[in-house]
Amino acid sequence: MATTTVPKQIGARVRRKEDPRLITGASTYTDDLKLPGMAYCTVLRSPHAHARIASIDTSGAEATKGVLRVVTGRDVQEAIGGLPVAHKIEGLLEPPHRVLAIDEVRYVGDGVAAVVAEDPSTARDALERIEVEYEELEAVVDVEKAAAGGPFVHEELGTNVAFTFPFEAGDVDGAFQDAPVVLRQRIVNQRQIPFAVEPRAVAARFDRGHRKLEIWSSTQIPHLLRTQLSVMLGIPEHSVRVIAPEVGGGFGSKLNVYAEEALVGHLARELGRPVKWTATRTEGFQATIHGRDQLADVEIAASEDGVLHGMRVKLLQDLGAYHQLLTPVIPTLTVLMLPGAYRLRNLQVELKGVFTDKTPTDAYRGAGRPEANFIIERVLDLIADATGIDPIEVRRRNFFPADAFPADTCTGLTYDSGNYQAAVDLLLETVDYDALRREQAQRRERGELMGIGVACYVEICGLGPSAALPAGGWEACTLEVRRTGRVVVKTGVSPHGQGEETTFSQIVADALGVGLNDVEIAHGDTDYVPEGIGTFGSRAQAVGGAALSMALEDVRDKSRKIAGHLLEADPEDVVFDEGKLHIRGAPDRAVGFQDVVTAAYMADDLPEGVEPGLASTRFFEPSNFTFPFGVHLCVVDIDPDTGEPSIRRYVAVDDCGNVINPMIVDGQIHGGVAQAIAQSLYEQAVYDADGQLVTGSLMDYAVPRASYLPSYELRRTTTPTPVNPLGAKGVGEAGTIAGNPCVMNAVVDAVSHLGIRHVDMPATPEKLWRIITERD
Amino acid sequence: MNTSVSIAVNGTPHDSRIEPRLLLVHYLRDVLGLTGTHVGCETSLCGSCTVLLDGRAVKACTVLAAQADGAEVTTIEGLADGDELHPLQEAFWEEHGLQCGFCTPGMIMAAHQLLEDHPDPSEAEIRHGLEGNLCRCTGYQNIVRAVRRAADAMGAASS
Repeated sequence: MATTTVPKQIGARVRRKEDPRLITGASTYTDDLKLPGMAYCTVLRSPHAHARIASIDTSGAEATKGVLRVVTGRDVQEAIGGLPVAHKIEGLLEPPHRVLAIDEVRYVGDGVAAVVAEDPSTARDALERIEVEYEELEAVVDVEKAAAGGPFVHEELGTNVAFTFPFEAGDVDGAFQDAPVVLRQRIVNQRQIPFAVEPRAVAARFDRGHRKLEIWSSTQIPHLLRTQLSVMLGIPEHSVRVIAPEVGGGFGSKLNVYAEEALVGHLARELGRPVKWTATRTEGFQATIHGRDQLADVEIAASEDGVLHGMRVKLLQDLGAYHQLLTPVIPTLTVLMLPGAYRLRNLQVELKGVFTDKTPTDAYRGAGRPEANFIIERVLDLIADATGIDPIEVRRRNFFPADAFPADTCTGLTYDSGNYQAAVDLLLETVDYDALRREQAQRRERGELMGIGVACYVEICGLGPSAALPAGGWEACTLEVRRTGRVVVKTGVSPHGQGEETTFSQIVADALGVGLNDVEIAHGDTDYVPEGIGTFGSRAQAVGGAALSMALEDVRDKSRKIAGHLLEADPEDVVFDEGKLHIRGAPDRAVGFQDVVTAAYMADDLPEGVEPGLASTRFFEPSNFTFPFGVHLCVVDIDPDTGEPSIRRYVAVDDCGNVINPMIVDGQIHGGVAQAIAQSLYEQAVYDADGQLVTGSLMDYAVPRASYLPSYELRRTTTPTPVNPLGAKGVGEAGTIAGNPCVMNAVVDAVSHLGIRHVDMPATPEKLWRIITERD
Repeated sequence: MNTSVSIAVNGTPHDSRIEPRLLLVHYLRDVLGLTGTHVGCETSLCGSCTVLLDGRAVKACTVLAAQADGAEVTTIEGLADGDELHPLQEAFWEEHGLQCGFCTPGMIMAAHQLLEDHPDPSEAEIRHGLEGNLCRCTGYQNIVRAVRRAADAMGAASS
């Protein structure tokens, strides 16, 4: 172990420890697993959006050579409980959600039967020999009609409205009364398909001797999955082991408990053989959660000087056919974040969650907050347009000022720290905004379409206080200094691309003065790491890293005691410094950290009352969320002949508090902005009137390719959070939250002189061409 | 029904009896256990399964293993020279050109082809050349940088 001086790691651009295995093909994703005796599972899915199952004949599949088992919903209804929804919403209607449909299917992709066979191709062949007779029912597709009445997705409920969530703060009627500026706008957040490049996959093995189920799953939440599988399958929780091996992207789509996870576990138990299921890309589109799909009717009351005084928002959230793990919770985050960066005091929201015959919606990168930020940042631009005040100035007039923090919003949140104007100032140092405006005016005279879009954001990260979450918001960490000096960190977060093997190693290296390669970060195995919550909501660093910091503090304290004993000094006088522990003011009276570790394990000369060993397990419970913020600007050119938009420049100023590794933070912003541009310009999940997903493949659903996207210019301000010892806020979703209104404000700005006040996403060339030609 | 194929993969010859409908990607993954080549869409749209077939990048999910009979295949496992990473691998690491890593093997193999065709590519050429490969994590910016860095390294090595 290095005990000499090492460079300070926190804040350094350190290459990732994860990468050597990933760039050489040496990593193991779930579908890479091949266990002895493994059998393969496939799932038959409904081709109809809404139908009664009149009959299922599985005999042809069962007679197929190599088929081991065929099951329908009825066959497994006793053995497997329903799929869970975690929420704290009063009066939520929770219709049954079985792992395979019974009697009725409710979206294209709803599971109907499953086959297990000796090899994958036999399992696929056998699926085609299952005969299902469907009686089609009217599909519930339009969310507004669904909210208003029948037909119903779940007939027994007598409504499609799963919940209403009314919210009111301040004096909204008063704000609208005599308001000089009153505006109305419908703002749609269209349905998105998360598309992690790794399709979902599950493998399971049942150990008959120990009555123990082992599940490998492409999941963001191994520990929550363990608990839910225990409940669904009736196996004691300590007898379920969930392993998240290498996970190929999640973006929220793997923050869930899916039917196949329980089904494959059950089949492995029943057959006594390992079973694996891997989603096809079609299943990735149809049977993995979707995101967004929110319709907002917004009324705005503002003063002539551009100050937002009140908002009324009617929100319809398309839930899809069933609740998945967090389906109804996502739009409640939208309500919380509607004030954005602004001192809005009067807000009335009526949120309805509505069932339709579509794939369930749930958390997709940002999860409710991009929706909110799109609304509020469009609202600020609408006010700017109506009052003739520049959009940046309108924002300045509405910001929480720097001295307002901690700042209370009208939705009951307390923003931890912030300096929004400082981010804008840095943006204006980076971009010659006035020159861009002059250029725009010149181009307009030449008939060219150029738009400048600005959007601020505040987001909720570091999820979060347990009281505010449906399933615990703490995080756990076990830190073990092994007798060789090797440091093992067992964290409850479950990274799948975010690089915590590197950033957590950086934190340890600084705290203990060891080398990065002397640290091993273990995650994603519930037997090896007994407790945790997982990776989502930009929480890994802010909550998981905080738990690590607490454990490190314990180890440092104990090390000081042992060192004090070895040096015959008061532990209070021992200073931990670059891998050595020395007496304050006497650096030559020192012992190496390895000497302390050896003493801890030899244990024949420990101070009185000090136990052998050098390890700590800590849980961090955050006192609040964290609230990163920033401002993005982009310049969009629209081809007046074709309507094709192109992003000429994209500048992002983000503040995520203290940064552990700037390279990784930048990468998160890049990816987040890319997904925002995707929603703004390209991606839309489309259902036809019969409830068929017509964008059900990569031919029809426009995930951006490299040539669709610009390069980004990134800047950063740093406002640490007081919520955790690292001062880090989280960054995973920032780009996605900032990006949509930034791009769309630019698109609208490019055509605003044609009388356009709003454009729905995605701003496709066709849509823009129609706008341009119809106004000519 | 089975057919015989003889395929050299990463320099090692393999003689196998396979189902005629077996895809090259499944031959590599399931028969040879080379799981570094990934399946992301099975419709040749995502590029995760890209390998080199006689030196040219192909999407192994739309090539039959039987079509590779007599050919040489290079996968991500065969790109490094022992412990010495290929300049593309080194550049993806240095430039943070990957996050979850799932698309990375295919992306690197596609970039390999790109640099063969364009040893000194512009940013636009890199973005165009990688159009057959989807990445959801990086927004492509660091992938573009990585390919440019590899081009510089390979150009310096060959000049």
